[in-house]
Amino acid sequence: MDTFDNANPFQYAPAPESRDIARLKPSYGIYLNGEFRNGRGEAVKTINPATEEPLAEVAEADAADVDDAVSAARAAYQGTWSRTTPAERSKYLFRIARAIQERGRELAVLETLDNGKPISESRDVDIPTAAAHFFYYAGWADKLGYAGFGPEPRAIGVAGQIIPWNFPLLMAAWKIAPALATGNTVVLKPAETTPLTAITLAEIIAECDLPAGVVNILPGGPSVGQALVDHPGVDKIAFTGSTAVGKQIQKSVAVSGKRLSLELGGKAANIVFDDAPIDQAVEGIVNGIFFNQGHVCCAGSRLLVQESVHEEVIAALQERLQTLRMGDPLDKNTDIGAINSAAQLARVRALADSGDAEGAIRWSPECHLPDKGFWFPPTIFTGVSQANRIAREEIFGPVLSVLTFRTPAEAVEKANNTPYGLSAGIWTEKGSRILWMANRLRAGVIWANTFNRFDPTSPFGGYQESGFGREGGRHGLEAYLAQ
Amino acid sequence: MPSKAKVSAGKAAAKAAPVDSPARLAVRKTYKLYIGGAFPRSESGRSYPVTDAHGNLLAHAAQASRKDLRDAVSAARKAFAGWSGATAYNRGQVLYRVAEMLEGRREQFVAEVIAAEAGTAADAAAQVDAAIDRWVWYAGWTDKYAQIVGGANPVAGPYFNFSSPEPSGVVGIIAPQESSLLGFVSVVAPAIAMGNTVVVIASSQRPLPAVSLAEALATSDLPGGVVNLLTGSAAELAPWLASHRDVNCLDLTGIDPADRVPLAVAAADTVKRVFAPAPIDLAAEPGMGRLGAFVETKTVWHPTGV
Repeated sequence: MDTFDNANPFQYAPAPESRDIARLKPSYGIYLNGEFRNGRGEAVKTINPATEEPLAEVAEADAADVDDAVSAARAAYQGTWSRTTPAERSKYLFRIARAIQERGRELAVLETLDNGKPISESRDVDIPTAAAHFFYYAGWADKLGYAGFGPEPRAIGVAGQIIPWNFPLLMAAWKIAPALATGNTVVLKPAETTPLTAITLAEIIAECDLPAGVVNILPGGPSVGQALVDHPGVDKIAFTGSTAVGKQIQKSVAVSGKRLSLELGGKAANIVFDDAPIDQAVEGIVNGIFFNQGHVCCAGSRLLVQESVHEEVIAALQERLQTLRMGDPLDKNTDIGAINSAAQLARVRALADSGDAEGAIRWSPECHLPDKGFWFPPTIFTGVSQANRIAREEIFGPVLSVLTFRTPAEAVEKANNTPYGLSAGIWTEKGSRILWMANRLRAGVIWANTFNRFDPTSPFGGYQESGFGREGGRHGLEAYLAQ
Repeated sequence: MPSKAKVSAGKAAAKAAPVDSPARLAVRKTYKLYIGGAFPRSESGRSYPVTDAHGNLLAHAAQASRKDLRDAVSAARKAFAGWSGATAYNRGQVLYRVAEMLEGRREQFVAEVIAAEAGTAADAAAQVDAAIDRWVWYAGWTDKYAQIVGGANPVAGPYFNFSSPEPSGVVGIIAPQESSLLGFVSVVAPAIAMGNTVVVIASSQRPLPAVSLAEALATSDLPGGVVNLLTGSAAELAPWLASHRDVNCLDLTGIDPADRVPLAVAAADTVKRVFAPAPIDLAAEPGMGRLGAFVETKTVWHPTGV
């Protein structure tokens, strides 16, 4: 695999993780009512986005499978799961957390193969945080009466959950763990391009002896998601994905009256003041937008730099980007992996091209993109105006739009000039300014002198069109408790 | 005190509107909208007759238009930064001040509620008392809610991390249709207690007590634009409120459940938080549900280190 061809005379030796560790099977199906079988929908090849090679065939679910899965989840809710004591529910979840840790390396390699993200990220972020999420919510299952949602909190029933492809296993954990801890049963649809770790999670759940039907996992495309959203047997929908799809789901749910939580897009401002430690800020900027190839809803995709340090920050950022290693996601030294799909690559390219067309200045480090697979170099646009599409629309790729400001008030105004409101970053040495800014930024997560930190105890979710409801922490229980 | 209050309420029932006497012609009130701290007529020039339960004319209330609604949303947005940025203590004092203003005009409100709802004097007095007490109850919530629902999160790393509730923004409210004063107070007070600003459509058939309440709000140190009141047809105005792009939340309490769906669908275009509760017993203690309906959780991280 190629990496950056920079002036650095020191070359890294390849350090690839073995793909055998993933224990790939030739084919995968659905997990329904405690059984693994082929779905009745299309058989789709899931590919490695870094090479375009098929990894496995997935027999996807169809609407009839959704129907069966909802019935199974309903039966399990009424039959077994609601009769399982909270303490036992708790122990099941602890089991799952432990089992994810046991198979952590396998899951990490599988995630990287299916998603294209660097192994260092799936190994150090996705998989351990997924396990931590189960471990955290496990402890809540028998303590719900103390959570501040009334003395006798009740489950909602059957939860239909739809998750994206950017953090496949982690998003499954974010959805399943709080749902089960509060006593709901689950029908989960992983993203069409990244079903493998969710199906492996189903294996883990089966090995943990969860009663049949408590968790059902149905790989499939948008039609499966739509069937789940529209199914009258589903009591609650939890969706993570694009704002456009989220609005459609909110409309559907407005008619059917289901409970709903939405975690949607973002266009976060990462704000750098002139007194910020520039080297640390540059690390935060890089982490903010190039972590996971920018496939992050809370990515710091709008860099707001105080005018007086603009040149210094951009120069330092460009120097840093030249040292990023892009290439084989399985290589432990890789910083930037592949774009998840051809469709996403086309979208990133189209939006980046709009930046050129609207007069922004594009810069990328010199790098050789592999011949096969879906690749987009880390890219910075300077001279961006607030009206440009690349300053307004979520790109969901490794593309940073740079704007400037003069005063804190102007930074707040520009940062808040978006219908989104998921996250924001602040870089300054001045504590009072951090808190002043944090008060005024209209976003659900504020990272000050850091970025893209996640923890199961920390509520995550957006303002405005970035969605509603929180995942994580005590707050995350509310989305799965009856009102 | 309560028994004395009831007596005066009974007397007040006889003078729902200013009464002419042989010696003096009474000064009648023009019932207008309340937008941005001012009392304009509808820009449309429209008004509609408001009658009591027996069909007697009480007044011609302003019939707000879509343009009035947009003005109200603008005023609410403009007021949001100041009101949401005010200290919780200050918001509590302002809400308490509203209660003080109502207490001083208690007889007037009892008379207006009787005229609007045709209930007994005792029922009207009880409603007014409950409405006053509701302001006091929510005044006390402003600086406590964050302590109950917010707090530190023990993340696994060298970070200070805390979550706190913040107001969602501009809340569009359709007030209850039946309860002209207590219903109105019960939906407006919790939303502004948390720092939101509101555009509220009063009961279509019984709008007059709400307009008089707006006069109390205007003299309670409540900044202009925090509460914006529209009178007129809820059915006409609600769709514009539901689809307005600068409204963050929609409270459908005053819309019949059978008519809520199209409004909730329209609200989805901007991912509004939609609150569509089951019918409530207004006399009961409200609980925290309405406080939590229009707040966001903000979580702030900062590294620890030397």
